[in-house]
Amino acid sequence: MASRTSSGFGRLLVAVYAVFAVSAGARAGVQLATDFAAAPLAYLLSAFAAAVYLLATVALTRPGRTARLVAAAAIGVEMVGVLAVGAASVAAPEAFPEATVWSRFGAGYGYVPLVLPAVGLWWLWRTRSGARRASASPAA
Amino acid sequence: MVPSLVTLLVAAAVVVGAWSAVAAARNRRVSGAQLLTAAVVEALLLVQAVVALVRWATGDRDVDGVTFVGYWLTAVLLLPVGAFWAIGERSRWGNGVLALTGFVVAVLVLRLQQIWAAGG
Repeated sequence: MASRTSSGFGRLLVAVYAVFAVSAGARAGVQLATDFAAAPLAYLLSAFAAAVYLLATVALTRPGRTARLVAAAAIGVEMVGVLAVGAASVAAPEAFPEATVWSRFGAGYGYVPLVLPAVGLWWLWRTRSGARRASASPAA
Repeated sequence: MVPSLVTLLVAAAVVVGAWSAVAAARNRRVSGAQLLTAAVVEALLLVQAVVALVRWATGDRDVDGVTFVGYWLTAVLLLPVGAFWAIGERSRWGNGVLALTGFVVAVLVLRLQQIWAAGG
C-alpha cells in the first residue's frame, strides 16, 4: 500500500513535509487574505514554499517512477529556494519586511527548512530502484 | 484559555513526544499505552479548545479570530492524523512520527497561548 519512499524512515519524512506544508500554507493563506499589500514578495514566496512542500508531501507518498521524479523536482526546487531566499534575506533584509519559511535559511524554524531538502534528496537516492531493500529498516 | 490547563497540555504533549522519541531510539513500535496517553492529550485539547473558543466568542478580547480558530483546528486535528500515520508504520519510525506529532502539538498550544495573551 505505502510507497517505498513513505515507509520506514520515509514515514517520518512525509510527516515532517506535511507539517511544513500546513504551517507554510496556513501562514501564506492568512497573509495573502488579510494584508497582501504589506509585503507582496514575502507573501508570494510563502505561498510558493507551501505549494512546494505540499507537492513533495504528496509525491513522496505515491508509488512509481513519475512520483519519484516529481518528488525529486519539488525537493530540488525547495533546496534552491531555501538557499536563494535565505541568501537574499540576509543580503537585502529590507526586501523582506515579513518573514517567510525560507528567510535567513529557515532560522525561524530551527533551520529545519535548510536541512530538510538535503535529507529528502538523500532519502530518494537511498530508496532508488536497484538499491538494497535494507532501506525499509535502516540500522541507524 | 485556562492557564493551568495550558501548562498541563504542554507537559502532556511533551511527554508523548519524549516517550515516543525514546521508544524510537530503542527500536520499539508504537504501544497501546502510548496511544492511550495520546488520546488523553486529545481529550484535554478538546476541552481547552471548547473553553477557549467559547470565552473568545463571548468575551471582548481583541484576538485575531482567523488565526486563533485556524490554530485550534490544526491543533485538534493533528494528533488523530499523526497517530493514524504513526500506527501504519510497524517499525521504530512509527514512534518517530508520534514524537514529531507530540512536540508540534506542544508548540501549537504555546502559540495559541501567545495569541490569546496578545489579545489583552
